[in-house]
Amino acid sequence: MAWIIFIVLSFLCLGGVVAMILSRNQAHNALFLVLSFAGLGGIFGLLEAPFAAVVQVLVYAGAIMVLFLFAIMMFNLRRPEPPDKKRVQAILGSGLGLVLLAQLLLAGFRAFSGRPTGVSTGRDVARLGQLLFKDYLYAFEITSLLIVAALVGALALAGPKERE
Amino acid sequence: MIPPGAFFGLAALLFVLGVVAFFVKKDLLTQFMAVEVMLNAGNLAILALSKAAVRAEGQALVLFIITVAAAEAVIGLAIIVLVFRARKSIRTDDLKELKG
Repeated sequence: MAWIIFIVLSFLCLGGVVAMILSRNQAHNALFLVLSFAGLGGIFGLLEAPFAAVVQVLVYAGAIMVLFLFAIMMFNLRRPEPPDKKRVQAILGSGLGLVLLAQLLLAGFRAFSGRPTGVSTGRDVARLGQLLFKDYLYAFEITSLLIVAALVGALALAGPKERE
Repeated sequence: MIPPGAFFGLAALLFVLGVVAFFVKKDLLTQFMAVEVMLNAGNLAILALSKAAVRAEGQALVLFIITVAAAEAVIGLAIIVLVFRARKSIRTDDLKELKG
């Protein structure tokens, strides 16, 4: 049963990204990514990381991709992307991707072969809370500072134009 | 029970798709989305490794990465908006002053 869910979610996830590569409309791209990231949230849930799954769906599929959609609205790109004539770049990119994939899979195979599989860590959100608010408290607080800095930075960068 | 290696393989596939999308697409916005895909693949790999090591630290790390990614998305989009204001275009083919 878990395998069926895993395979369906993987197809959702990878299919969203492939559709993003093939589509030429930026708004469609963002929506495909919402689909893909929501599927990834489900996969996080399968990995027994329920809090990460919820945050993935809320923050990534929700907040960040909506931010992208708002940015696309600001660009008002009326015409879709013209089709490419140069295919060299696509072929080179795909070749590079294949080499990278072989490397990653080899590394993953070496790292995971011989490990005991299927150990359950338990869906312990309480343990995560202890980690966040005890062991990594300073990092957690500094993260809030980082978010404020990003907010102010974005306003300073893309806010109302100053008068000349 | 699904072995963590399967999740790691999925993360590798997702990362490679992100790299390919980054190289194939020609507008800044979609390339930025491809970067987000790569970040997510990294998150998935961290979660798979943390599951294989039977530790919860990976989940805390992933939460921090998602937060930093949100900040990064905000700043990146602001920069892309600035590029669009200056050039009226976000196609990378139109931005090639540095080409020799």
